Amino acid sequence: MSSNTDFALAIEDLTVSFDGFKAVDNLSLYVDKNELRVVIGPNGAGKTTLLDLICGKTRSTSGSIKFKNKELSTLSEHQIVHAGVGRKFQTPSIYENLSVYDNLEVSYPKGRNVFGALTFKRTPEVDARINEVANDIFLGDFLEMEAALLSHGQKQWLEIGMLLIQDPELLMLDEPVAGMSVKERELTAELLNRISKGRSVLVIEHDMEFVARIAHKVTVLHQGKILAEGNMETVQNNPDVIEVYLGH
Amino acid sequence: MNFVYERLLGGKKGMLGLIILAVLIFIILPLTLDMFRLSMVGKYLTYAFAAVSLVLLWGYGGILSLGQGIFFGIGGYCMAMFLKLEASDPESTKIQSTPGIPDFMDWNQITELPWFWIPFESFGFTVLAVITIPAIFAFIIGFSMFKRRVGGVYFAIITQVIAVILTVLIVGQQGYIGGINGITDLKTLNGWDIREDSAKYTLYFINAVLLFAVLFIGKFILTSKFGRLLLAMKDKEDRVRFSGYDVANFKIFIFCVSAVIAAIGGAMFTLQVGFMSPSFVGIVPSIEMVIFAAVGGRMSLIGVVYGTLAVNFGKTIFSETFPEIWLFLMGGLFIAVVMFFPNGIAGVWNKYGDPQLDRLLDSKLLSSLKTAISKNKTSPVEDNK
Amino acid sequence: MGEYTVQELTSIFAMQGFAGISLFSVLLLMALGLAIIFGQMGVINMAHGEFMAVGAYTTYLLSVISETYFPGFLQYYFLFAIIASFVIAGILGYLTEFILIRHLYKRPLDTLLATWGLSLIMQQTFRSIFGAREVSPTLPDWLMGSYQPTEEIYIPINGMFVLGLTALVTIGVYILMYRSNWGLAVRATTQNRVMSGAVGINTKKTDRLTFALGCGIAGIAGAAFTTIASTGPTLGTLYIVDTFMVVVFGGAASLFGTIASAFTIAQAQSILEFFISGSMAKVYTLLTLVIILMFRPEGLFSIKVRK
Repeated sequence: MSSNTDFALAIEDLTVSFDGFKAVDNLSLYVDKNELRVVIGPNGAGKTTLLDLICGKTRSTSGSIKFKNKELSTLSEHQIVHAGVGRKFQTPSIYENLSVYDNLEVSYPKGRNVFGALTFKRTPEVDARINEVANDIFLGDFLEMEAALLSHGQKQWLEIGMLLIQDPELLMLDEPVAGMSVKERELTAELLNRISKGRSVLVIEHDMEFVARIAHKVTVLHQGKILAEGNMETVQNNPDVIEVYLGH
Repeated sequence: MNFVYERLLGGKKGMLGLIILAVLIFIILPLTLDMFRLSMVGKYLTYAFAAVSLVLLWGYGGILSLGQGIFFGIGGYCMAMFLKLEASDPESTKIQSTPGIPDFMDWNQITELPWFWIPFESFGFTVLAVITIPAIFAFIIGFSMFKRRVGGVYFAIITQVIAVILTVLIVGQQGYIGGINGITDLKTLNGWDIREDSAKYTLYFINAVLLFAVLFIGKFILTSKFGRLLLAMKDKEDRVRFSGYDVANFKIFIFCVSAVIAAIGGAMFTLQVGFMSPSFVGIVPSIEMVIFAAVGGRMSLIGVVYGTLAVNFGKTIFSETFPEIWLFLMGGLFIAVVMFFPNGIAGVWNKYGDPQLDRLLDSKLLSSLKTAISKNKTSPVEDNK
Repeated sequence: MGEYTVQELTSIFAMQGFAGISLFSVLLLMALGLAIIFGQMGVINMAHGEFMAVGAYTTYLLSVISETYFPGFLQYYFLFAIIASFVIAGILGYLTEFILIRHLYKRPLDTLLATWGLSLIMQQTFRSIFGAREVSPTLPDWLMGSYQPTEEIYIPINGMFVLGLTALVTIGVYILMYRSNWGLAVRATTQNRVMSGAVGINTKKTDRLTFALGCGIAGIAGAAFTTIASTGPTLGTLYIVDTFMVVVFGGAASLFGTIASAFTIAQAQSILEFFISGSMAKVYTLLTLVIILMFRPEGLFSIKVRK
């Protein structure tokens, strides 16, 4: 299956097994350009493993992952990032001992090799871009603050900002609103709707209300396989889904 | 200019720290100490190179090398080989059964200079070797470990084992490299007698200038984006990787840089002390280098220079008068630093000395000077220190 | 090797093999203790070798006491010395955990530095009490001599005794770690400290006892060591690196790996020693290990886990 497609992300027959246990089992998934896709499923369904496979953290046993018709499964992690894939982790992964500004600057996609990093200069252009992203993620007033002092929700935003500054074409967010207040959730939904323009976004989320607010299309995973796929309403009315997931 | 002021000198305070250290090393110590004590300080300052290398590697990079003695030793041995060859000219070794080769080779029935000694007849090659051999060696170790994501504890243990291997190898190869006694009886450098007092003075100052050069290189690296990436990797290596950086390359680079810095210290050691032996290569010296860095403050380039001086003076004073107590003190110091002062002397200074200094600067300096300085207020980069 | 006949070679391998068995026993005992401390708890105990020296000096002390005051006891003291070595090294380990280690669980590299400091203090303590000279306990007669199955092969009895002791301790560790509730608690604590606390395991006590057990086994290694060589204040430094290599090479958390790795390293070194000098045998052995570990950093026997 090496056919080229129009999809931004085309995953075909993807399998990974850990000592015989198939965390992702012969899975095929396609995400369009400009689409915001949400993946849901009970614990252990293989959602996070799926993101791990796409971004190269875990290596697949078989199958292919194509991003803009480029095979990702053989690339190393940083090459996948360079190809235009960004990934936020489940627990906010930011540099606690650096300021918000430095967090964003370290993520700025220039000076990515050793000598580039040594000679990197903070030009007005870089500064403007950092400010722009900081405002996008509601942290414009916190640039000098040490990241460790941010609230949990703000840390989540900062990590999203660290991805946005790289302007990825595929953005993958693992539980972006976990630990957020109602107000913060609203802001995040608005943020996601805004940033999904011009790129594809893949979100893992448990909060159904939040999912309904952002999702273009929903994929339900169960035991490493796709159980259902479609818009929120179809999925919610699917008897299999009700049985394994929403029914609980 | 701004680049030099803000980054290399570290703004107002950084500059003050550098000036104080420079005054101490270039003026006060040479004026107050006799030749014997001053060459002792010179020797300690060669260890400071290793301590500075550990600030970059361990303090910022979070990579603990228990094998900096390897690189200190390589640098030292390269220089010693050159000096030994010069000291072993056929005229001064004519009583040997094979004149013109180092004495220890002759004692071990070696009749021809081994191939790897031959290039060390050239001073240019020797200087090049002091820099490139440790870098290549560090690259091989770093490449094979960091590319496979071996880090932390395993890296520390493996570097320690390599230090053991190298020591045992040197000790076992008496004929080729001088064995347990090391390479001794070094006399001249291109005809310049390094044993004379004037030469010792000159070497002391060359060493001090090199140390400051290394401090500036360190500052340049740490204040660049590279420095912030090192801190970021220490905290969340995966996040850096998934932000598009090949983490291993950064680690390999900083490991190579630290190896070269330690090696320069080793070469200067040989020049000033006049010999090199395996006792500066193995586990104990390597861990002592870590002690110097820990006591001085692993996050402070300048702090570790003081740390190195303090520990070594302590060692000299106590081992001269109460040798039994020294190991107790050394062990206790190590435990105390780790448990109570993880940022060493520099940390204590930042906590207690620095606020006092601020008050002093605020009250005593003229307000005009203050406004002049406040225009150059420290950048956010410097606030991380 | 050309000048040896096949029969001679066989004998050399057998003899050196048996010589290697003493080294294997001591290395394995040390590594068992360290595997528990390093493999299970993640603590890098650089003073592990000094706990071994504690065992060796305990044995020496008991031998001196029984020689001076209870000469009739000299035939049996050694068995008590093994137990005493275990207990004393264990108690010291327990105190070390309480005073030092428990503050450093989140900073593994710092435990390395702190325990190095501890090892310096312990070495100087040995030197102050027992002097810088190496000492040896008087061994009971039944440990002396050798068994001679063929004309060329001598098997020293002390080697056989130490091997038996090692087997016993290994089985004990296996039962304790993998077949007892306590072992389950230890393994649970290392895998998930918070969860173990939540299900009612006293994690602090578990840590302390685990560390004490590891040090106690190092004490037994020290007692065993006295049967094959003499003890000096820096005994520990001779073994600590090799022990770490055994544990790392075997795959830090695998008992079988530790045994296999100790055997391989001890045999390789001791057979090589016959043909080349002792120091080069060590160089080749360690170099081979480092190169293998560069290709297989997780050690020989390790389990693939889902991260």
